Amino acid sequence: MLFYVFAAVAIVASLLVIAQRNPIYSVLLLIASFGALSGLYVLLEAPFVAVIQIIVYAGAIMVLFLFVVMLLNAPHEETEYDERVHPLLRAGPMRFGAFLAAALAVELVWALTKGGESGAFPSGAISSVKTIGQLLFTDYAFAFEVTSVLILVAMVGAVVLARRETH
Amino acid sequence: MVTLNHYLVLSAILFAIGTAGVFVRRNLITILLSIEIMLNAVNLTFVAFGRALGAAAGQIIVVFVMTVAAAEAAVGLAIVIALFRHRESLNPDSWTALKW
Repeated sequence: MLFYVFAAVAIVASLLVIAQRNPIYSVLLLIASFGALSGLYVLLEAPFVAVIQIIVYAGAIMVLFLFVVMLLNAPHEETEYDERVHPLLRAGPMRFGAFLAAALAVELVWALTKGGESGAFPSGAISSVKTIGQLLFTDYAFAFEVTSVLILVAMVGAVVLARRETH
Repeated sequence: MVTLNHYLVLSAILFAIGTAGVFVRRNLITILLSIEIMLNAVNLTFVAFGRALGAAAGQIIVVFVMTVAAAEAAVGLAIVIALFRHRESLNPDSWTALKW
């Protein structure tokens, strides 16, 4: 029951993210969608993922988006462009988008009709933060360290890209 | 009774919404937000499969996906800021200089 509530909130909020013309509303609605996804993670007995979903995604990444939206101070899409050619009516993207949507619809039907195979979730989920932390620093230690290099590269790259050139 | 398939279908729907957003919207920030929706749909799949298979790897890989998402958001938004400085527009069709 709770699953359907969270799923409905996630889908409706994500659809509204796409439908909004003002990016600030898009960012705020995406935070609502992330909250619903966090609830789904709790239902999947993954409380650690649920918490970092809120703290890292909704708390840090979305604030970065919100910061840039406010910094650029260009909240609206160019309306005269939209009136000239509606993005959905342009030939190339429309064909490609229709193809992708059809492929995903086929995938959905296939997943729904394959019903009985996967069935219910087994009891006894791995939900303790201790287990995840231990695995992260033993079996996945190399990936974890590489991740820190990735963060450093992203940080330097962001600073270099956003720097104003001095003449 | 909520099974793995429910989560997979929800994830597919969210991914389709994100894909549609990338193709339909003409705003660089909304396109980046659509990519975040897609990454989250994939995260949901990872956690659901991890739960179904009783593996902790499903939750651990989410940590890495989130790190990549954070790096992508930081670099992507830096590029958006740099582009906006050149031309006062967020429309991706304003920058076609690299298109053949």
